Amino acid sequence: MSAREKVIFEYSHPGRGASDQWPHELPASALADLPAQLRRAQPPLLPEVGELETVRHFTRLSQLNFSIDTHFYPLGSCTMKYNPKACNQYAMLPEFLARHPLAPESHGQGFLECMYELQEMLKAVTGMQGVALSPMAGAHGEFAGVAMIRAYHRARGDLARNEIIVPEAAHGTNPATATMCGCVVREIPVEPSGDVDLEALRAAVGPHTAGIMLTNPSTLGVFERRIAQVAQVVHEAGGLLYYDGANLNAILGKVRPGDMGFDVIHMNLHKTFSTPHGGGGPGAGAVGVGARLLPFLPIPLVGRDGERYRWLSESDLPQSIGRLSAFMGNAGVLLRAYIYMRLLGREGMHQVGEYATLNANYLLKRLQAAGFDAAYPQRRASHEFIVTLKRQARELNVTAMDVAKRLLDYGFHAPTTYFPLLVPECLLIEPTETESKDVLDAFVAAMLQIQQEAEQEPQRVTSAPHTMPVRRLDDVRAARQLDLTWKPTAQP
Amino acid sequence: MAFIPHTAADVAAMLATIGVRRIEDLFDEIPAELRVKSLAGVPAALNEMEIGRLMSERARRDGLQLSFLGAGAYEHHIPAAVWAITTRGEFYSAYTPYQAEASQGTLQTIYEFQTMIARLTAMQVANASMYEGASATAEAALMAVRANRKSQSARILLPRSLHPHYRSVAHATAANQGLRFEELPFAADGTLDRSALARYESEDITALVIAQPNFFGRLEEVDALTDWAHARQALVIAVVNPTALALLKPPGEWGARGADIAVGEGQPLGVPLSSGGPYFGFMTTRLEHVRQMPGRIVGRTLDVAGHEGFTLTLQAREQHIRRARATSNICTNQGLLVTAATIYLSLMGAQGLARTAAACHARSRELVAALTRVAGVRQAFAGAHFHETVLQLDRPVAPVLKALMSRGILGGLDLSAYYPELGHALLVCATETKTSADIERYRNALGEVLQAARAA
Repeated sequence: MSAREKVIFEYSHPGRGASDQWPHELPASALADLPAQLRRAQPPLLPEVGELETVRHFTRLSQLNFSIDTHFYPLGSCTMKYNPKACNQYAMLPEFLARHPLAPESHGQGFLECMYELQEMLKAVTGMQGVALSPMAGAHGEFAGVAMIRAYHRARGDLARNEIIVPEAAHGTNPATATMCGCVVREIPVEPSGDVDLEALRAAVGPHTAGIMLTNPSTLGVFERRIAQVAQVVHEAGGLLYYDGANLNAILGKVRPGDMGFDVIHMNLHKTFSTPHGGGGPGAGAVGVGARLLPFLPIPLVGRDGERYRWLSESDLPQSIGRLSAFMGNAGVLLRAYIYMRLLGREGMHQVGEYATLNANYLLKRLQAAGFDAAYPQRRASHEFIVTLKRQARELNVTAMDVAKRLLDYGFHAPTTYFPLLVPECLLIEPTETESKDVLDAFVAAMLQIQQEAEQEPQRVTSAPHTMPVRRLDDVRAARQLDLTWKPTAQP
Repeated sequence: MAFIPHTAADVAAMLATIGVRRIEDLFDEIPAELRVKSLAGVPAALNEMEIGRLMSERARRDGLQLSFLGAGAYEHHIPAAVWAITTRGEFYSAYTPYQAEASQGTLQTIYEFQTMIARLTAMQVANASMYEGASATAEAALMAVRANRKSQSARILLPRSLHPHYRSVAHATAANQGLRFEELPFAADGTLDRSALARYESEDITALVIAQPNFFGRLEEVDALTDWAHARQALVIAVVNPTALALLKPPGEWGARGADIAVGEGQPLGVPLSSGGPYFGFMTTRLEHVRQMPGRIVGRTLDVAGHEGFTLTLQAREQHIRRARATSNICTNQGLLVTAATIYLSLMGAQGLARTAAACHARSRELVAALTRVAGVRQAFAGAHFHETVLQLDRPVAPVLKALMSRGILGGLDLSAYYPELGHALLVCATETKTSADIERYRNALGEVLQAARAA
C-alpha cells in the first residue's frame, strides 16, 4: 500500500485557501450588531490549503484503507457485503438531498412513500407487526427496544421488572444498552454445544425479569435450536424477548424473528440491507415489534391515510418512548436500504440467507480440510463460524492476532478476533453471499500459506504486518501518552 | 440475482465439498415449524434501470423549493470535492477502523477532524462523533452526571429556548437512568431568563445547558451564565452551531473557566439536508473529563519501528470492553459524515467559514428587514441574533405557510405547537445560499398572501 501521508495541517500556508468555495467578503459593518463580548477573539487554527492539495490529501488517505470495494472483508458479525452503487446514486438525487427535515408532508410524498414501503417490507421479512426507522445504529435500536420493554411493563404497573438477561457470548452492546435503560444485567451460560443453557435460564427468570436479549444465530455462529422453549420460559415468567439483528443475514428469507417468538428486534440495515459502513457509520438500526409493543414505538413513524403519507407523532402514539433524534434518524441510509430491498425483491431476500450460509459452510469445510480447528465442529455453520487457533498458539506460539495481521499482508481484511470471548484464540469468519468461490478459495490458500509460515518461520507471522502503511501500533502508548489533536510543537 | 456471483457449477462444487445435496440441507438445524412460509409483503425485484426510473420519479414529485427553513438543519453551499471524495469506495465501504494497520486513512481523517473540531470549540479533546446534535446533547447530560463528582442530584437545567426536539430526545434517552431535567424559561427578549436561576442559588445542580445561539436565533450572555453555573459547582454543557463559531466566542472561552462539554449538530459542515440525516453530532471536552466521554476516540502513537500511526484509543470506556459498565452503548457512529466535514473544513479554513457565517448573518438580517416591512409582520425579540429569527404574524401561521407553499416557497417553521405562548410565531432562516432576489420574492409573496387573507 501507499506510503504514509502528512497531517493536513502540515500542508498549511498562511494566506492559502480554496477561495473559490467561499462567499464574497463583507465589510466589517455587516457584523456591527454582534456584541463584542460575544465575538470570537482569535480565528480557529484550521488548515490553510488549496483545493487540489485537499483533494490529493484525502484521496491519498483513502488509499491507506482496506474497504469492501478493494478487499475481501470476512469480518464476523459485521456482514461486509457489497454495497451496490445504485443505492448510493439514487439516494443522492438532488431533490432527496435538498429536502429539509421539517419540510411539509406535501413536499415529501415521494420520500415518505419510500419510507412507508420500507417499513412494510421490513415487517414482511421479520414477521413483526410494526417497524420504526428512526434509530441510527444497532446500539441505538437496542436502546429503543429495551426502552419499549421497560415502558410496556411500566404501563401495566409491573414496576419490579428491571432485569435483562443476556447469554455470556452476547455482543457488548447488549449489556451496555441494558444499563443505559436503567436495567440490571444478568448473564447466563451457554452449553458446550453452543445453545443457551435452559436450566440456567429457568433459574434466572422471575418476577424481576424484564426480558432477554438474544442473537440468533448466536455470536457463536450457530442457530439456537431450542428457541421456542427459550421463548416459552421467558414469556411464562412475564418477560419479553429481544432479538439482536446483528446476524439477521444468516436467516433472511428462511426464518423470521416474529415466528420464533420475539417481541422486539432491531435490524442493522448497514449489515443485512447493505448500506455502507462508511468507516464507522452511519448505520441504521430500525426496530420491529409484535402487537404488545406497538403503542410504544419511537416517533416519528410514517403512516398512510388513503393515498397520502404522513408523519405519525406524539398525538398518534401517546405511549411512545419518544423521539431518539432531532428528525428522522439517518434518512439517507434508509433510502439506500429501500433501494437495495427493491433491487433484490422477494426472490433475492430468500437467496441472501441461502448463499450466505452456503459460503460460510463451504469456507468452514475447506479450512477444516486444511487443518484448522472449528470451535463447533459438530454444528452447521450459519452465515459465519469460529475457527480456534488454540493449538497453534500452544504449539507454535502464533496467536489469532498474529494470523489476523498476516492476512493483511496477503490482501485480506482480518476476520473478527477474540470475540466471542469464551472461545480462546478465535477467528470469527463471515464471508457473506456476495463473495465468489474464487475469493473464498484464495482466502483458504492464504490461510494455508500462513500456517506453513507459522511452522517454518513463525517470526514472519508474529511480526506481521509487513506491507501496510504502518507496522503494529503501540496501543499502551496511545492510551498513556494521549495525542488526540495535532499540535505544531509536537512535531519532531 | 441479489449480487450473488455463483454459477451453477460453483454451487455444485461447493455442495460436494460440504457433503450435502442441496443448499436447503444447510438449514437442517432450524426446526421445520419455524421456517418462513411466505414473503408476500415484499414486491418482485426491479433491475437497476427500473429502480432508477422509480426513484427519479419520486424525487421529482418532492421537487425543489425556495426554503427559509432552519430550526436545526441548515442549507449551505457544499463544495463539489466534499462528496466526490467522501463517496470513494475506500472511505464509503470501509469498516470501523479496529484493524488499525488497514485503516490508517479513516483513522488519520478522524484525528484531523478531532483537531479541527477541538480548535473550533476551543476545547482540548474531541471524540470521533455522535449520531447527531440532539442525541449528542443527551449523551452530554449523561456524561456530566459521571464527570461532576461534586453533585449528587443528577439534575440538569435545560432552557426552554433549546430546540424542542433536543429536549424530547434528552428525556427519552436519559430519563431511564434517573436524570432529572428541569426547564428554564426564556425572558421577554427571547434569551434565558436569568431571574429564574434565583431559585437554584443554593441547590445541587449537576449541569446547566446553554444553547448559543438558542432555538430562536438569539444570542445568550454566555460568560455570565457559565460563571453562575461554575460558582455553584455545576458543569456547563454548550450546545453550539459550528458555522456560528467562526464568529462567536467558542465554548472553551466562555466565562472565567470555559464550558466543560461542547456538543452540537455537525450537519452545517458539508452535510446535505437529506430529510434529517445522516448527520453527525460532535462532542468536545476538557482533557480531565476525557475518560468520561462516550464514543470512539483516535490517538496518534508509534508502531514497532518507531513510525507514527493512528489507532482507536481509550477503548476501556467502550461497550466491547467494559460491557455493562461502559460510558455509553454507542459503537457505530457517523464516520462517513465526519469524513465529509473534515474535507469541508479543510476547504473552508477559518477564513472561508467566517465568510460563510458573516454571509448567513447578513442574509438573515436582510430577510428580517424585508419581511418586517410587510404589514402584519413584526420581529418577536429584540437584540442580537444569528442565522434565524422569530417573527410574529397578525394571524395564524399555518394557512400562510400553505399559501406560500403553493408559490414554491417554504416560509419557515410554525412555532404555535411548540411555543403556544408566542402566539402566531414563525421561525425564519436565511443562509449564504439566499440572494437578495430570493428574499425579495419571499417578501412579495408574503405581502400578497397576508393581504389576500385580510381581504377574505
